[in-house]
Amino acid sequence: MSIAADVRSFVINNFLLGRGEVLNDDDSFLEQGIIDSTGILELVAHLEETYGIEITEAELIPDNLDSVNRIAAYLNRKLSPRTSTTTTATTIACPA
Amino acid sequence: MCGIAGILKLHGGSPGPQMLRDMVGTLAHRGPDATGVVCSGATGLAHSRLSIIDLEGGRQPMSIADGRLWITFNGEIFNYIELRKELIQKGHTFSTRSDTEVILHLYQEEGEECVNRLNGQWAFAIWDAEKQKLFLSRDRLGVRPLFYTSTGDSFLFASEIKALLAHPDVESALDLQGLDQIFTFWFTLAPRTAFKNIQQLPPAHSLVVQNGEIRTHRYWSLDYSPEEVTSGTREKQLSEELLNLLLDATRIRLRSDVPVGAYLSGGLDSTVITALTHMLVGNRLRTFSVSFEDREFDEGAYQRQASRFLNTQHSDVPCSYQDIAQIFPEVIRHTEQPILRTAPAPFFLLSKLVRESGFKVVLTGEGADEMLGGYDIFKEAKIREFWGRNASSQWRPLLLKRLYPYMDGIQRQSPAYLKNFFRVSEQDLASPFFSHLPRWELTAKLKMMLSDAAQSELRHQNALTELESELPSWFKSMGSFSKAEYLEAMYLLPGYILSSQGDRMAMANSVEGRYPFLDFRVVEFAAKLPSSLKMKVLNQKYLLKKAAGGMIPSSILHRHKQPYRAPDGKSFFHSPNDYVDDLLSSERIERDGVFDVGSVNALVAKFKLGRATSVKDNMALVGVLSTQLLIQQFINNHSKGSSQCQLRQTCAAS
Repeated sequence: MSIAADVRSFVINNFLLGRGEVLNDDDSFLEQGIIDSTGILELVAHLEETYGIEITEAELIPDNLDSVNRIAAYLNRKLSPRTSTTTTATTIACPA
Repeated sequence: MCGIAGILKLHGGSPGPQMLRDMVGTLAHRGPDATGVVCSGATGLAHSRLSIIDLEGGRQPMSIADGRLWITFNGEIFNYIELRKELIQKGHTFSTRSDTEVILHLYQEEGEECVNRLNGQWAFAIWDAEKQKLFLSRDRLGVRPLFYTSTGDSFLFASEIKALLAHPDVESALDLQGLDQIFTFWFTLAPRTAFKNIQQLPPAHSLVVQNGEIRTHRYWSLDYSPEEVTSGTREKQLSEELLNLLLDATRIRLRSDVPVGAYLSGGLDSTVITALTHMLVGNRLRTFSVSFEDREFDEGAYQRQASRFLNTQHSDVPCSYQDIAQIFPEVIRHTEQPILRTAPAPFFLLSKLVRESGFKVVLTGEGADEMLGGYDIFKEAKIREFWGRNASSQWRPLLLKRLYPYMDGIQRQSPAYLKNFFRVSEQDLASPFFSHLPRWELTAKLKMMLSDAAQSELRHQNALTELESELPSWFKSMGSFSKAEYLEAMYLLPGYILSSQGDRMAMANSVEGRYPFLDFRVVEFAAKLPSSLKMKVLNQKYLLKKAAGGMIPSSILHRHKQPYRAPDGKSFFHSPNDYVDDLLSSERIERDGVFDVGSVNALVAKFKLGRATSVKDNMALVGVLSTQLLIQQFINNHSKGSSQCQLRQTCAAS
């Protein structure tokens, strides 16, 4: 499963309670009211657990986390060996 | 305190006494001491009584003037002694010592305007046989409930909706537009209720039925025109004035022929009321509270401090997760509307404790938060406004973290996210609902739980527009603090606090609450106070604290305000509950048709995995479950018809 597909699935199951038909990959979670203040923490916990990363407070901004595509792009940057200093993993196992 | 009901035949004929007995029979919890039914021409009035004043003489329905005026009355008129003296001087003669008879004589003297003279909490109906007029009135702030509906040939009213539903011609169906409003504001916009075609008389309104026509009018409104600036001398003067008013408001609320106790939560407001009562009565006061098993919600330590300081005889009732789940169906039978928090449930246990301790009347601290600047939402709005004036500030939003020390979700946010959650854009700052946008927009997200059919019915509804359209013309020119206060005092207070947490939970166990902070003299005084004295910078209820200094323990005077909260969704999954599994099952959700099966399943799964921690998830669970309970108890199990068809046919937004 791609990063985008995993994130979409997590958001749909966890925040939209299965009603995924309303979610496009560029939809802003904030503007759509998909995620509240606790939801952000759930999302962060999911990303940290699933991808073995640590998200710093400076990275906790909508530019990185506010849509499926933004998260995918952020994770790609974060996980890329050239730019990342926080993880040594080269292959990432995504959940089924 | 009592339950009232009545029928007026609109096109001739007389109501049958048995029908009235059936209606008032559903209100036995409000008045277990006596029942009375009277039919007079086109009208029938019914009453179930909780005897508090003039135990022998106060039976109802009551009449004067040879049966030309009849009344059925729920509530208390606290200034009845003064009014009675005045009426006697004018030549009226009384045959009882009750406040009920005072209303009748005052009506005889002043007609519909008589309500302006009353200081109290009431819902009553007067039948004026001479004028063939039915006159209904509800107190200024909506302490006591009053519902009504019309069938083809009758106008019906009652203290609770269940009494109206006892009439065979009244249909029982959920009002989807009402549900839409609850899933936005936590309450319906009066006169709307959660039931289709059943209205509530808004607070401070009277209603007249005469010649087949129904008209309502507002007899009182609260004038928010705060003083601009204040000096130290003026501040001292105002704090003394506030204390004197509160003392008198408490004094007249101790008028009773049965003993009066007090709720003591451990917070500022109830401790102030207990202290004032302590000053007024010589005897050792009885106080009552709830303690929570979960320390996150418990205020037991403060309750014990207050009780020791004021030398009260204190009792508390423990409340566990299991208790909340177990009594929740009974709670909803009394709220008669869906709720989004379980907060009413502990109030149910509390009034039960009061009643079992032999008390019928309690004083409480309700109203101080709304009138004297206590709610966190006022503070939140002030911080957001302060932040909005310099939206790029990195440190201003940090004040929001100080505001909610108990909310992990807020504590761990970056400023970038806080800014979005707390809505401080230019557009938000210009909204008439600026103070309430974060709360209402978050709550409105619960509507995603609704079924496709229900969402489709509601596609043209917009609760915020509905509220905006009924605000008075002067609302827009009010200061932002006053706007927030107005929304809490005129809407949340009667629509949720005084009903679901107030009257309905106390009366469920035949207990009457009395609210010194809601004496209209206190309320009118408070509306003219400078907002800077209600909240000095970020110090909530500043003037009240100043007035109460020395009267209550300093630990309570200076403690960080803890909003009253109870465990929410988690309560229902702490141990197995058959009714929860049944009402949230796919079959049941599908059959009742209001919610989406997949969404409810996903929400329940999230709770069962212990992953549902957000405010939104908790409100969604409690909202869905309470709506399902309402449908089960009032629609599906309603004896007058086949539920499912009825719901599907009548569960409409119009």
